[in-house]
Amino acid sequence: MSDHTKLDSEIIKFIDECREKEHADSYLIAVLHKIQGKYGYLSDVHMHEVAQRLQVPSSTVSGVATFYHFFRLQPKGKYHISLCLGTACFVKGADKILEAFRSELGIELGETTSDKLFSLECSRCLGVCALAPVVTINDQVYSKVSPTQAAELINKARFEEAA
Amino acid sequence: MKHANIYIDNEKLSVPESMTIMEAAETIGIRIPRLCYHPQLSIEGACRVCIVQVEGSNKYMTSCSAKVWEGMRVKTNSPEIRQARRDIVELIIDNHPMECQTCERDGNCELQNLAYSQGVRDRLFEGKRKLHPLESSSASVIRNAEKCVLCRRCVRVCAEIQGIHNLSQLHRGFNTVVSPAFEAGMADSVCINCGQCINVCPTAAFLEKPHTERIWRALENPDLFVIAHIAPAIRAAIGEGFNLPPGTPCTGQTVTALRRLGFDAVFDTNFGADLTIVEEANELVHRLEKNENLPLLTSCSPGWIKFMEHFYPELIPHASTCKSPMQMLSTLLKTYYAEKKGIDPQNIYVVGVMPCVAKKFEIERPEQQSPEGYPYTDAVVTTRELIWMIKAYGIDFTRLPESDFDHPLGYSTGAADLFGTTGGVMEAALRTAAEKLTGKPLTELNFEDVRQVEGLKEATIQVGKLSLNVAVANGLTNAKIILEKVKAGEKQYHLIELMACPGGCIGGGGQPYPPDGYYVLDPEINKLRAKALYNIDQAKSIRKSHENPYILKLYEEFLKEPGSHKAHELLHTTYTPREPKGIK
Repeated sequence: MSDHTKLDSEIIKFIDECREKEHADSYLIAVLHKIQGKYGYLSDVHMHEVAQRLQVPSSTVSGVATFYHFFRLQPKGKYHISLCLGTACFVKGADKILEAFRSELGIELGETTSDKLFSLECSRCLGVCALAPVVTINDQVYSKVSPTQAAELINKARFEEAA
Repeated sequence: MKHANIYIDNEKLSVPESMTIMEAAETIGIRIPRLCYHPQLSIEGACRVCIVQVEGSNKYMTSCSAKVWEGMRVKTNSPEIRQARRDIVELIIDNHPMECQTCERDGNCELQNLAYSQGVRDRLFEGKRKLHPLESSSASVIRNAEKCVLCRRCVRVCAEIQGIHNLSQLHRGFNTVVSPAFEAGMADSVCINCGQCINVCPTAAFLEKPHTERIWRALENPDLFVIAHIAPAIRAAIGEGFNLPPGTPCTGQTVTALRRLGFDAVFDTNFGADLTIVEEANELVHRLEKNENLPLLTSCSPGWIKFMEHFYPELIPHASTCKSPMQMLSTLLKTYYAEKKGIDPQNIYVVGVMPCVAKKFEIERPEQQSPEGYPYTDAVVTTRELIWMIKAYGIDFTRLPESDFDHPLGYSTGAADLFGTTGGVMEAALRTAAEKLTGKPLTELNFEDVRQVEGLKEATIQVGKLSLNVAVANGLTNAKIILEKVKAGEKQYHLIELMACPGGCIGGGGQPYPPDGYYVLDPEINKLRAKALYNIDQAKSIRKSHENPYILKLYEEFLKEPGSHKAHELLHTTYTPREPKGIK
């Protein structure tokens, strides 16, 4: 698992370049973006390495990574579920769908199931409010989802995996 | 400096333009209520408690951050502003656990005092509670995030004064929590256990790990011979816990109080300090002779030692191998003293009374255990904990007669008393090292150059033909400055004294919360405490550690000579680089 214990050489090069610049610490978010782009999430090991290489305290790195919702702290599941909690979707019962996903998967928003199969995230408006409430699983969009349907989507995926 | 003419509550005053409204108000005796503000830390403006009305502004201003301007008219009180302040305080406590009666800080909690002084009598808002488990992984510092009001004083003291940056706010909004990186426990972080977060916390979100219960039990155990020994900084501060003015020396009363609590013997950590000096001066002289591993870095402060292990592991060869005075004395109690008294060391229970919470960690270090596997010090109580124990026992401290320490490990020279304040170890070491190096008796014992150190001081001391370059640093941000200079090699330093806490041990993480009229980390209070120690030193007939007759006897009977094989076995220790690495 060497790629999970050491940062990619391109990212290291980027950090080294940032260190040459004035206010090197202000590139922290850019560095974290690059890591998430490459690995899909920010692991503690990677963040610790960023702290050392950029000479920014780990607590600051951790503070920034947990402040912004965009940063993921766990790897995405094979099925990455994104649930719109924008106004229209919410009014149409997205909170009940969230509840259905939570109880079906046993995880909270931002988390990944222990079998690494499912991850759950919320998004803001996707711009298709007429289809509310909207759920996306990987690149597939599901419209006018009901709580029962949410559970069905999970079961279908589980069935496919077992087959 | 340019001045501004302003009015505060209709009183005209002229103050420098660099002043904030809060500072200006203080010059005419108006203390605007505050919570997150701390004079030694950067301005946060997080709590909004210190709001005032400024004419022409349609919003209240935070007086801690707003600077004065020419012609400014400020109102610190009006029915509206008092109502707004009260609302703010009510909102701060709306998710606070209402368990004041069972809380450690009951009676000296800044939040409690604030709510009272602002007239919060009802709980109008009662919101969702923050639920966080108690974080007690550390040997020294426990963290109760449910009591946190997010004032960020701990975050600031850890970063700005100590340069550790261990704490940060994680997550956002209601879920915001102050924690080490990656929500690690304090034990798995770069925390150096200095306890300054405990000192600056306005509530009980940070506390020392209590050792009082285990001591009560030991005192009741008839099989145990229970010994206490008290650090120099205790005698200069304990009185504050009993409403005595800061700087009132209370050595004799503390000894009496400890005997009344049931301790079988009461010794003075100062004896350990004298011994430390003899060993450390010997180490210095050897290193000077061989010209190796200079500068010698002192090793009495366990907070500084852990800092070195996380942040400057490359400097470990420079650190003195001497154990701290507490550990030296405790080791002797379970070896030399046990032998002398014919008591099985396993039946001796040693309690250190310390101004320090890092000492609680120090006694658990694997390097500090006896070869048989038992600890040399069994428990450490802070000054605060001892004050509580004395009160809990119903002892009227201020009316206690004075009494003397037990002997032989209770006698100390004036040099040892200085250990409690910044520059003191340096001065004590110089008194002994100078005589060793020149072979002549010193005439002037007071080294004024290393006294009253406000953070960092360098000096060159002439000892015979030698010019010794010395430095004293307290607060680890200052330590970083001097250590970077050492690493850069721009000057040859010979001896550097490092103390984790501002002001040295007298400003330690276990010292009493400040009395009215002072604030935490107040240099004024530390000056008074230091003065008490300098006066004790001045009044003693023997003021050089190596002249302590009981130390001489100890070497004669037991240790042979400074730096002997036995001394090394018992009185010296080792250090290890630690993860996670700190950021310099």
